[in-house]
Amino acid sequence: MANDYDPDQDYAYDVEYMERTRNYYRAQGYNSDYQWARHEDTPFQPLNKPLSASKVAVITTAMPDTELGRRQRAVYSTPIDPIPESLYTAELSWHHGMTHTDDVGSFLPVAALTKLVDSGAVGSIASRFVSLPTEYSQRNTLQKDGPKILKYCQAEQVDVAILVPL
Amino acid sequence: MGLVSRLLEANGIATVVMGSAMDIIAHCGVPRYLHSDLPLGNPCGVPFDRTMQAQILDQALVLLEEASSANTIMRSVAKWPGTQSWRDDYSKVDDTNRDALRLKGQQRQNQQKTDKATGIKRSAMIPDS
Repeated sequence: MANDYDPDQDYAYDVEYMERTRNYYRAQGYNSDYQWARHEDTPFQPLNKPLSASKVAVITTAMPDTELGRRQRAVYSTPIDPIPESLYTAELSWHHGMTHTDDVGSFLPVAALTKLVDSGAVGSIASRFVSLPTEYSQRNTLQKDGPKILKYCQAEQVDVAILVPL
Repeated sequence: MGLVSRLLEANGIATVVMGSAMDIIAHCGVPRYLHSDLPLGNPCGVPFDRTMQAQILDQALVLLEEASSANTIMRSVAKWPGTQSWRDDYSKVDDTNRDALRLKGQQRQNQQKTDKATGIKRSAMIPDS
């Protein structure tokens, strides 16, 4: 498959979120710029089996819309059935002035995936979707949250994960 | 999210990231990324547009099946139906909000000190507002 990302090509234009965020933090008095993760090498795992035989996990940056989910940013797993009518997104960096998160299907593809399972295009969905807290500390993600999510996926015998940051 | 994608992939689980922040994901490097040209918040498609949401998910699955190497990026069919001003006004800093942002930053840093003193160690990124 061709890689159709060309940073020099003129689309309507991709927003430079890193630059915007740096300026936004500076305007609020933070002197040290956030350092986004950067890697030269990226791992790659081809599909081991067709999607029609694969088990898929969904991972979101939204927290459960519960008292605990609102209060404590952490890794949570939530049953996919029934699909929650709302998730807690207020603390996340999305475009609050332009859109909304009232439609869970706009950021959590569980309902759409379920249709594909029903049609046979996808094997199955992990019984719970996972909430991953995005946060300032990459160390927390790498050393605490990531391993928890890997453990969950392995316990569920997941073949594929769809990660959906807001 | 990119970091977790990489961790899962390194442990034998194929992944695809669906998002709307091209520069951040490309900077990190992930195995497969489906980019939707939408305001941040709706990486699966415009709210309540079930047709678009199904199309975008289909594209994510095609990417999973057809990508043959890491850092494969594909653009989805997504188009924002309303004004395109979202590109320019996200986290905008100008003379209309500079003083308010400075004040907000002071309040946030005070809150962070309080959080730290009370044992809350995890700090969220600053949301746009």
